[in-house]
Amino acid sequence: MDWKRYGFIALIIIVLVGVVVLVGASQDSPKVIIVSMLTTTIAVATPLTLGALCGIFCERAGVVNIGIEGMMLAAAFFGWFGAIYCNTILKMPKMPSLLFGLLAAILTGGLFGLLHAWLSVTFKVDQIIGGTVINLLAMGISGFLNRQLFFESGSIFGGQVPHAPGTLPRIHIPVLADLPVVGKIFDQQPITIAAILLVVIVHFVLFYTRWGLRTRSVGEHPRAADTVGINVIRMRYANVIIGGCIAGLGGAYFTLESVPSFEPLMTNGRGFIALAAMIFGNWSPFGAWAAALVFGSASALQINLQQYRAYIPAQWAFLQQSYVVGLVPYILTMLILTGIIGKTTAPAADGVPYEK
Amino acid sequence: MWKESGGEVHRRSLHHILLPFFPNPMDTQNPKLSPPWLDRIRPIARAVGIFLRPMLVPFLAIVTAMIVGGLVILIAGGNPFEAYVGLFEGAFGSRKALSETTVWATPYIFAGLAVALAFKGGLFNIGAEGQLALGAVAAAWVGYALPGVLHVSLPAVVHLPLTIGAGMLAGALWGAIPGWLKARTGGHEVINTIMMNYIALNTVSFLLNGPMKDPNPENVSARTPQIAAGARLPAIFPGFRFHWGFILALVMAVLAWWFLWKTTRGFEIRTAGANPDAARYAGISVARIIVLSMTLSGMLAGMAGAIEVTALNFRHELGFSTGYGFDAIAIALLGKSHPLGVVLAALLFGAMRNGATRMQFLTQIPVDVISVIQALILLFVAADAIVRYIYRIRAKEDRVVLTRGWGG
Amino acid sequence: MATVLELKGITKKFPGVLANDNVNFDLQSGEIHALLGENGAGKTTLMNVLYGLYRPDQGEIFRNGQPIAMHSPKDAITHGIGMVHQHFMLVPVFTVTENIMLGAETIKNGILARREVSGQIRELSRQYGLDIDPDTFVRDLPVGIQQRVEIVKTLYRKADILILDEPTAVLTPQEADDLFRIMRELTSKGVSIIFITHKLKEVLAIADRITVMRAGRVAGTTTPAETDEHRLAAMMVGREVILNVEKKPAEPGEEMLQVRQLHVADQRGLETVRGITFSVREGEILGIAGVQGNGQTELVEALTGLCRTRGGQVFLNGHDVTGKSPRPVIETGMAHIPEDRQRHGLVLSYPVADNLILCTYYLPPFGVNGVLHNRAVDENAGKLVQAYDIRTPSAYTVVSKLSGGNQQKVIVARELSRSVHLLIANQPTRGLDVGSIEYIHRQIVDMRDRGVAVLLVSAELDEIMSLADRIAVIYRGQIVAVVDADKVSRAELGLMMAGSAQKSEAVPAA
Repeated sequence: MDWKRYGFIALIIIVLVGVVVLVGASQDSPKVIIVSMLTTTIAVATPLTLGALCGIFCERAGVVNIGIEGMMLAAAFFGWFGAIYCNTILKMPKMPSLLFGLLAAILTGGLFGLLHAWLSVTFKVDQIIGGTVINLLAMGISGFLNRQLFFESGSIFGGQVPHAPGTLPRIHIPVLADLPVVGKIFDQQPITIAAILLVVIVHFVLFYTRWGLRTRSVGEHPRAADTVGINVIRMRYANVIIGGCIAGLGGAYFTLESVPSFEPLMTNGRGFIALAAMIFGNWSPFGAWAAALVFGSASALQINLQQYRAYIPAQWAFLQQSYVVGLVPYILTMLILTGIIGKTTAPAADGVPYEK
Repeated sequence: MWKESGGEVHRRSLHHILLPFFPNPMDTQNPKLSPPWLDRIRPIARAVGIFLRPMLVPFLAIVTAMIVGGLVILIAGGNPFEAYVGLFEGAFGSRKALSETTVWATPYIFAGLAVALAFKGGLFNIGAEGQLALGAVAAAWVGYALPGVLHVSLPAVVHLPLTIGAGMLAGALWGAIPGWLKARTGGHEVINTIMMNYIALNTVSFLLNGPMKDPNPENVSARTPQIAAGARLPAIFPGFRFHWGFILALVMAVLAWWFLWKTTRGFEIRTAGANPDAARYAGISVARIIVLSMTLSGMLAGMAGAIEVTALNFRHELGFSTGYGFDAIAIALLGKSHPLGVVLAALLFGAMRNGATRMQFLTQIPVDVISVIQALILLFVAADAIVRYIYRIRAKEDRVVLTRGWGG
Repeated sequence: MATVLELKGITKKFPGVLANDNVNFDLQSGEIHALLGENGAGKTTLMNVLYGLYRPDQGEIFRNGQPIAMHSPKDAITHGIGMVHQHFMLVPVFTVTENIMLGAETIKNGILARREVSGQIRELSRQYGLDIDPDTFVRDLPVGIQQRVEIVKTLYRKADILILDEPTAVLTPQEADDLFRIMRELTSKGVSIIFITHKLKEVLAIADRITVMRAGRVAGTTTPAETDEHRLAAMMVGREVILNVEKKPAEPGEEMLQVRQLHVADQRGLETVRGITFSVREGEILGIAGVQGNGQTELVEALTGLCRTRGGQVFLNGHDVTGKSPRPVIETGMAHIPEDRQRHGLVLSYPVADNLILCTYYLPPFGVNGVLHNRAVDENAGKLVQAYDIRTPSAYTVVSKLSGGNQQKVIVARELSRSVHLLIANQPTRGLDVGSIEYIHRQIVDMRDRGVAVLLVSAELDEIMSLADRIAVIYRGQIVAVVDADKVSRAELGLMMAGSAQKSEAVPAA
């Protein structure tokens, strides 16, 4: 990742934060607004970061995965379902239910990863079609089961949506969270913290360990890896499944951390934005995280502007329309893909099924 | 279709289908075994076999998907047999059912053609959803605004084509943008068309809740006013919803076939899709073809939306066009990107969607299970190797893999 | 001399082809044993079996007299067998150290021990006189050095049997001599080498023993002392082979192609063609000799309109075609046999008939007012398949099912059946069997005799020397010499290809 790219990212975030500061200046002090924006940005960027990390694992090993959206959606549903099942039917207390739900979400992601690997590596299906299949399956299954289990009178929940056990609690990081003013940024929920930790871990694994070297070789020149005795098939399977698990964690964010409920199609395109973040970050964890922060700040803008709706000056009235602001992430993605901010290089064997 | 696939016939797979009816139709080594009446039927059998052969794997994929779908229903606490009976009854059980099936199939044909044409050009148009929505909105606007807002009154023979044309134009534009982006900047059309979808859907939602909202005081939902009578496509048989849009869809399918295989421009699109490097050497401007393919694709998807508005709902309402885009991908793949296949696949999907309502009525199984089955169908069609393995069919065609990473 | 390796009765079948048919092969300690055969004879398959990439259907492998099982390259490496493939198995974005470490990584506290391994590589390369810098990225290394990296890779894994697959394909004659020196150094230290090639001269120069393979079987084993080029060629093909094409002296006419100060740059802005000037006359063959990677590919792409030019001019038959796209250049009378036939020359999923009209589909009788006339396409296909003897089950067979030679014939048929003033043939016989090679050479000479200007680009020096009337040597994007073919020796050409400044008594460019 070059400085031009990081510079662009910093610029966008500063601009977006600045807009909110200007608008809300009459209500709150700039310091408070900045802290609030940054806190929201980091939180909202979580599913994007995790989705991008999933993409990185898959594509660094040479498998294109556009099914991240579906993986996250399915994980969101099954995580939520697991938590509610534990809480309502098994009568487990809140925290264990949520943790079980978390496990269920990660497992779901891993299973979908297994499916994608099976389709892409063993059956050598066109990987974009395979990813579409994953998305369709996830949408269908989550929609179907949601209706069947929660809205049908004959189901185990008796036709009513039961009270959810809530969301994962915020973790107060010692020392950092006690800082005046900025401390609020370090008061985040576990999945958000996990996402940031994973960025560091994945970077380390990818570039400093044997696993990372072999994975990258399989994605750049699988035949070369084969000739030195690396099992290309196994590496690809493993990495895609790990990626799926990470996407599962990302899906858990929606129903176990953000809001304690499930809506059909609630991922709303974030799996695809995660892909754009991955591409823009040039397939590196820190780059993808930075890109995710940009998108996160766009969403934070939308959320925070809602608060200050009444105070938007007349010339900027269009900002009042959440419609316009809501388009920012998508237009930003398209802009980034044009490459005017910088060219990116995918792993050389990305998307090409390996033929022995 | 079969010309391009090599024209060879594999004995073993034909055996599977024809064995019960024509024992050893291909047996030329032991002529004594086949009776004389068989000799006359043999060329017909071969022709039928050649016609059925490409449909074998998709057909088996559908069957397998329905079996697995039945298992899903079973696990979720329903009765698969009742479900499928209800499905079938709802799709084909009466003249009304058949009419409704074609009504459902019509937008699927347009959208499926859209995606299929893009596939032929080597492109993934996942944006059919957005192109369709904008086409619907544009058509609706021309349908109600011309007389209602701009106070321009037009005879039906002008207003109707204008309305449909507006939809086609909107869809074409919405497809051209990601096409141009890919041609000019290399930005992969998968993500760009998906982003365009979200932009389109947000825009439509904004329009239908705001400037284009039906001002009628009794109206509470997000929808446009009704379009003028002169802008409506009539039904073919009174009393049924079966409308001329279906005929139009079939006409477009024939046009698409003729365009792709019988014109030089179609040759260029197919060549650019099959091998852009060779296409460049053949003098084809691949960049221009990319834009053309996406534009035509968007136009067809826009037409789907326009027909829905002019022939069925006579307005556009929020939520009426969801799901067509992804279904269109499955339909295009099931139909092997060939217009005839697309029509058949669209009829199948239309039948399933239509029958699902009755199924839900009879068995309380939610219509969403159809999405699961359709996803499974797509799964088995895409991974046709699975079907081949299960049913022991030898592979014949070379796989064409379109994904080449992200380009750019 | 001890037998370090023996293959007995190796048989390997692929769908439709018997690649190895009961092959016996043995290797003595410290010898250089050449495996000779034309393309498709089964040499690479045999070595892939030895290296564990393929499992033989029958047969056994013995290492130092003991039978061993070979299931994957890992087993081969354990038994001390190393392979340098024809197409390098190096990851371009990795450093030399990372490439060599791959699969046999040294770990310290969970982290890759890069620095330690770099030190070991430096020591190893010094020991064998190979001289490589471990911390450079492989993509920045010239091809000759990359090959050395491959060799060090095998030595790092303690290989004492080395398989070299067509190693000189990408080297100048001087670099090839360098390689031979390294090989002798290795054998003096106890390494045994199997050397796969189809080049007769090399085999006689370096090998201790020669085994010739033909159509999957061993045709014979001999030593350089007991044989010569003609006998080896006959063993390779099974019949008498004409090693040099019979051709009349050239009768060149007017200048057909004029290239003046052509400059071409790549995506990164680096110039690959740096001011090239030459011309080709009607009725002559100008051969461009040079090791791959010196700008020939980019030169041809620029001439055929496949890439943009940065400066200079190109005239074809008096028309300025500089920077034009392929179609206008083709319409001015250019024919092109591309280097990568499956990428630029053919649409593999199309039938033969459609490939035959790939460049002319928009013209009558095939394309009239935008409509394709299939009957004309059919007739054309029937005519050409017959005239050019294309072996195909039907004109509508998908071209991917044809053999390499027949695929090339489709391209030749398409290109030469137009009215042509200039033929650009880029590596026209790469990867083809001897029969096809003879056919293509015949076609090229025929064209020349009919008054067509021919530009032949080839990495096979023998091909250039046998076909060309004049030879231009390209080095680092520039023409360093233009000479008459019968006035220059192989050694002189080799020197020029390596960039050596001494030009022989060169006839200045016309």
